Amino acid sequence: MGRAYWQGFRAGAPFVLVVAPFGLLFGVVATEAGMDLWQTMAMTVLVIAGASQFAAVQLLSDHAPVLVAVATGLAVNMRMAMYSASLAPHLGKANLGRRALVAYFLVDQSYAVSVAEYEQNPARPLPDKLAYFFGSMTPIAPLWYGFTLVGAVAGAAIPPEYALDFAVPITFIAIVAPALRSLPHIAAAFVSVAASLALAGLPYNSGLMVAALLAMITGAFIDKRMEQAHG
Amino acid sequence: MDNAAIWTTIFALGIGTFLIRFSFLGLLGGRDLPEWLTRHLRYVPVAVLPGLVAPLVVWPEATGGQADLARSLAALTALSIGALTRSVLSAIFGGMAVLYGVQFVLS
Repeated sequence: MGRAYWQGFRAGAPFVLVVAPFGLLFGVVATEAGMDLWQTMAMTVLVIAGASQFAAVQLLSDHAPVLVAVATGLAVNMRMAMYSASLAPHLGKANLGRRALVAYFLVDQSYAVSVAEYEQNPARPLPDKLAYFFGSMTPIAPLWYGFTLVGAVAGAAIPPEYALDFAVPITFIAIVAPALRSLPHIAAAFVSVAASLALAGLPYNSGLMVAALLAMITGAFIDKRMEQAHG
Repeated sequence: MDNAAIWTTIFALGIGTFLIRFSFLGLLGGRDLPEWLTRHLRYVPVAVLPGLVAPLVVWPEATGGQADLARSLAALTALSIGALTRSVLSAIFGGMAVLYGVQFVLS
């Protein structure tokens, strides 16, 4: 393994502290929600995107239809289209198999460290860029799978009085809170909360999709206005 | 939850998420997303997650849909710590600590 690979590895290593407890929590929550070990592991390996997995499990355990659970999970992951677009100029010339492998491992952490590296050193050859990307995921992916497994096994042994029902809301709040860094973000979050509570009576949890759409438009609208105001 | 629903969700979400990630890398090449679209996509996480959480906090299922002091305080704590420290893990641990603390005091 070359220098670029180990540089990526070192850049990805600190995220172990985030990914391990997050995987553990997903394993516990999915198990408590009634998923068996195979289902929990299949989801964590196939989807490999924590927030959308929590969202889908939460909706399924609320008896939402599959379509709503899947649509909400995919909505949470739409940001990755942006990641894909921004890595394409750097990795788009790799062969199809490599690009598919990059796509599978394209998570918040690998994207953040890789795009920072590519923007700093845009002239590095393609094999170095690929090695850096896969290096960054080497400490992350196995821990994500492994700690989900530990959580799933442990989850079966945790009694319900530990109020883990509330671990999912707390986790989502913890993910969103640091993102409330500008007026458009705060306004979007506010519209999302208000509309989702107001529309909670709509069938099949569809109020959430409407609320999310309204919130997204609000954020983008204020963003545009602020940009125009600052010329 | 029934098994067919769980497996369908796992595969549909897995395949759909892969296609989102593969989109520009795999099929659309180096083309840029239109500006209006990236402007909307930027707000997707803050548009979806708060709306998903709000009913769970206001009407928690574990209490039969009654708002509950421990859970409300835990949610506020997680929000404050997350916004101030920008640390996801501190917010999770802080929120859960308040949840267990208040439940212990009230029990």
